[in-house]
Amino acid sequence: MLKYEQFEHQADVGIRGYGKTIEEAFENGARAMFGVMVNLVKVEPKQEIEIKCEAANLEELLVEWLNKLLAEAGIENFIFSDFKIKEIKKTNSIYKLSGLAKGEELDPKKHEPKVEVKAATYSQLKVEKKDYNPLATRYIVQTIVDV
Amino acid sequence: MDIKSLKKISDYQWEIPKTGEMNVPGRIFGDEKLVKEMDEKVREQVTNVACLPGILKASLAMPDGHWGYGFSIGGVAAMEPEKGVISIGGIGFDSGCGVRTLKTNLTLNEVKPKIKKLVDLLFQTVPCGLGSRGKIILSPGEADELFKEGAKWVIKRGYGTEDDLKYIEDGGSLEGAEPEYVSETAKRREKRQVGTLGSGNHYEEIQCIDEIYDEETAKRFGLFKNQILISIHCGSRALGHQIGTDYLKILAETSRKYGIKIRNRELVCAPINSLEGKRYAAANLCALNYSYANRQVITHLTRECFKKIFPKAEVKTFWDLTHNSARWEKHKIDGELKKVLVHRKGATRAFGPGREEIPEEYREIGQPILVGGTMGTYSFILKGTDFGMKVAFGSACHGAGRAMSRTQAKKRWQGKELAQQLEARGIYSRTASWGGFAEEAPGAYKDVVEVIEAVHNANLATKVVRMRPLGVIKG
Repeated sequence: MLKYEQFEHQADVGIRGYGKTIEEAFENGARAMFGVMVNLVKVEPKQEIEIKCEAANLEELLVEWLNKLLAEAGIENFIFSDFKIKEIKKTNSIYKLSGLAKGEELDPKKHEPKVEVKAATYSQLKVEKKDYNPLATRYIVQTIVDV
Repeated sequence: MDIKSLKKISDYQWEIPKTGEMNVPGRIFGDEKLVKEMDEKVREQVTNVACLPGILKASLAMPDGHWGYGFSIGGVAAMEPEKGVISIGGIGFDSGCGVRTLKTNLTLNEVKPKIKKLVDLLFQTVPCGLGSRGKIILSPGEADELFKEGAKWVIKRGYGTEDDLKYIEDGGSLEGAEPEYVSETAKRREKRQVGTLGSGNHYEEIQCIDEIYDEETAKRFGLFKNQILISIHCGSRALGHQIGTDYLKILAETSRKYGIKIRNRELVCAPINSLEGKRYAAANLCALNYSYANRQVITHLTRECFKKIFPKAEVKTFWDLTHNSARWEKHKIDGELKKVLVHRKGATRAFGPGREEIPEEYREIGQPILVGGTMGTYSFILKGTDFGMKVAFGSACHGAGRAMSRTQAKKRWQGKELAQQLEARGIYSRTASWGGFAEEAPGAYKDVVEVIEAVHNANLATKVVRMRPLGVIKG
């Protein structure tokens, strides 16, 4: 089953993640985004960084999650390829996420750099739940990243 | 775009009539062909911007308009200070992104035989591509000073001369930048990035003037046929990206808090007069100043490269402008000169003759405008007009504008092959990423010549000279 993909946009790049749970879809969305920047296969998950973020709704939480990852990658000069979200929960009408991002220091010779992602945007932003049948719920998350 | 739904004002101006929630009409500049080829999304975005509170006269799109976030690329909107809003959709995530063009005393015949050596040296010297780092390491205190003073600060440190400042918009240093409204994350992300090109559509190009349209103005601008120019296209790097990211979240909250009716989440904004609006504006000025400093340092590095290969070379700043910004400007509104906040997203300032912002020696001519093409096509220098001041708050197009997605471009072109094709046409290139290079294929863009003709014929700005590329470095 397809886990993540890029989709077309006139000037930038669309990223989409799928998952059986909302957490998995968010993780795959992050893979799709870092796949815009480097060849993910070349990245080894040597180190991990804890990520926490929150937002007023799930769509904005997705953008927060992606942008938090970009900021951490930028600060540490890292590239991430592997993600684990412990949970996404709603408390007092705020959505909170806590998770891990794994990767290593960016090495242009090793990682086959493509383009830098400036930010995840609110453009074509979607978090959807699709119930194909009672046994196959699927979450789809997507947004456009500015490059 | 369905042209029948637009009201034709002239051969180069098309109106989206004011209906429903629109506070002003929309106005799209371009000839019939360009407007027809624009995505329907451009109309939707121009209309959405026309609904923002406090927008003045009209919501505009330049002839290179294409689908953006919130505003269309090529979108311009002026806001009234009391009721208006500042929107991230009108600035984007790379505030201050722009072009610096340098002029030299060198000619095509002198540079052509050494172009490879020159481009190779520039590629080694100017950091470019994903995660590239420069040599300047700023302490927290120094970073704050740089945010406040922009290009002025790096010049004090030896990266250029006072003379450069005269030819940078805003003198390379905008007042009102407040580092305290820039997050710690943004400051930490800005690590050794002053003087780096970045990636995507950013580039540095060696060009030669191959056509002069306006002899008189070219002479006054110090431009001549076969002269070597250098153009640098880049922005405010991770600092600007993070300021945009931080305020995206803040403005999403303020849009709800102040109950601002926005037709699309991408247009999140804050009243100009609110605390949040003022903070965003002040943080945004830090990004603008940073972009001026960034292009200043690259200018200095470029000069050093030229001096190594051409010891007698004189490399002077011709002009530096930003095409992603929100700045306070004075414009005539209902016959009265008023201070308004002008958002330009993928659009340049194009002030006409007489404006005090233009350095004295060019003031009676109009502002120089730099329009970058693609790595395989022409770039242009134009000058601002009185007419542009009246109909477009003194604005013009910023480039060719993309016509094809990055994914499609990558399917159609191979980076290495493309570089060979360009070389066969006399354009030598170096890149940090072959994939990124293919995405920037000249064929993925609109025809810059058509866009420039439309700008010229619409009288938003008029053509002065055309440049063709000889060498290019891409991030």
